[in-house]
Amino acid sequence: MLVNDIPQGKKEIEKRSSMRVRYLPAGDRALSVEFGATISEDLNTRVLQFDNLLQKACLPGVVETVPSYRALLVYYDPLLIEYESLVEQLRRRESEIASDVRRPTRLVQIPCCYDPELGFDLTAVAEQHGLTAHDVVRIHGSAEYVTYFIGFAPGFPYLGGLPEQIATPRLVTPRVKIPAGSVAIGGSQCTIYSVESPGGFWILGRTPLRLYDPAATQPVFLRAGDRIRFNPVDRVEFEQISRNVDAGTYRTNIQETA
Amino acid sequence: MSLAVLHAGFQTTIQDLGRYGYLRAGIPPSGPMDREAFVIANRLVGNDDNAAALEFAFLGPKLECRTDAWIAVTGAEVDLRINGKLEPLWAALRIRSGGIIQIGPARNGCWTYLAISGGINVPPVLGSQSTYARGSLGGIEGRALKEGDLLPVKVILPKQDVLEGRKILSQYRPSFPAEVEVRVILGPQDDYFIPDGISTFLSSAYEVTHKIDRMGYRLEGPSITHRAGPDIISDGMPAGGIQVPGDGQPMILLVDRQSTGGYAKIATVISVDIGLVAQAQPGRRIRFRAVTLTEAHRVLRQAEARLAKITEAQS
Repeated sequence: MLVNDIPQGKKEIEKRSSMRVRYLPAGDRALSVEFGATISEDLNTRVLQFDNLLQKACLPGVVETVPSYRALLVYYDPLLIEYESLVEQLRRRESEIASDVRRPTRLVQIPCCYDPELGFDLTAVAEQHGLTAHDVVRIHGSAEYVTYFIGFAPGFPYLGGLPEQIATPRLVTPRVKIPAGSVAIGGSQCTIYSVESPGGFWILGRTPLRLYDPAATQPVFLRAGDRIRFNPVDRVEFEQISRNVDAGTYRTNIQETA
Repeated sequence: MSLAVLHAGFQTTIQDLGRYGYLRAGIPPSGPMDREAFVIANRLVGNDDNAAALEFAFLGPKLECRTDAWIAVTGAEVDLRINGKLEPLWAALRIRSGGIIQIGPARNGCWTYLAISGGINVPPVLGSQSTYARGSLGGIEGRALKEGDLLPVKVILPKQDVLEGRKILSQYRPSFPAEVEVRVILGPQDDYFIPDGISTFLSSAYEVTHKIDRMGYRLEGPSITHRAGPDIISDGMPAGGIQVPGDGQPMILLVDRQSTGGYAKIATVISVDIGLVAQAQPGRRIRFRAVTLTEAHRVLRQAEARLAKITEAQS
């Protein structure tokens, strides 16, 4: 260990403890722990680290936790734990969020077909930025994304990391139906529609993977914190992977990274 | 040993107390809309609180009971007939194999429960038998029931003398007033509203619209004004969370809610009163009253004690 690691660590802890974490009741069975008021990977990392700590701690009375961009919603049973006591225990664990401890993450490869029939907004997005559809695919497909959290619908990931060059304001009028698997962007967000649903994002392509499969033992395989890369596949490969997914023989490429 | 579905009724689903631990995957807890009525139905027939039972909205099903059993129907005010004969709600009723259960339209309230001794027995999915129809999970094929379904029932026939005469006294049954007061805890984003917005919310009556389902209830009334727009950085959505989108009209999120939401939440309905919201049918009015967290927890303990008392009184 380098000697100057120690003062740096101390400084870091001081900086963090000066940022006030807010504890807000969300009804009588949940409380929201807010770490800040912006969307950033740094802030989200703290949320996920705190979530990780609580998952390991299995505090009596804590029912479940739901991470989002900058907050963690903690569901609890008030018949098992007093609010003040819960807040005190959570406050104590706040200091254990160590900036120098890297959370174990996973790198997930998501095959994506950018065929204009599936990515039916490619041309419209390209035109808005004075690019070609090919440029948009290249830019979108070369970035690495981070899963801030899963929310809104079963298996629906909120992804950060979209290159600013192709950030595009959402559709004014949301579409009524977007097919499951659609890979889409809106503002500086990227997502994959896990179920068929209405939506206001621009559709760039489609993955043959099922982000939500109610018949699977684990219906949702993506987790908050997962890093994601889109692997471009052509229409033939898309159909082949679809068949393998249907047959249950497709193995999603997930690498654990320390 | 089963219940055969002759007519499905409306939005008839199998529910237990819910599926916990999967909101982080975007999967809501589901479970009964009116938890107290559900638990009472189960206790009346000698079941655990978490036994799977039927829930239906507005119009009940017609069922053939293919086993000797006890049943209890609670929740909304409906006509319950067994073999054509009108029977009381909120009571344990003996039914013989071959008996026909028919439940008419709700006169008051929205959600009705039918519990059967032993409980409905479908395989748990992610730890729960509850149906989440939007996500095709639980129950029978993850959907509302349809004609021809056979619902397996666990065969536990409690001793006659234990259940005979069990009922909930009328003073403990819900009334369904035209206007219901619902207690809330302000926040977590009440600071997204101007003071006038908060006082409008707390001093007005909001009518329940026809846009209601297990996910949430849209209300209509005086517009609630935000400080600077309705958008927040999306975060977790608690049960009973009242979000106010740009039109200023409140929407209460319930058991099949989205796990996270992007509109400011002015307040959250206390857990004891969520069933009151659920039973308020379209056209009924809701008034909100702010209470402290301490008060809400005191009310919750009282409600649990009351529930224990009214369900123990008969056993």
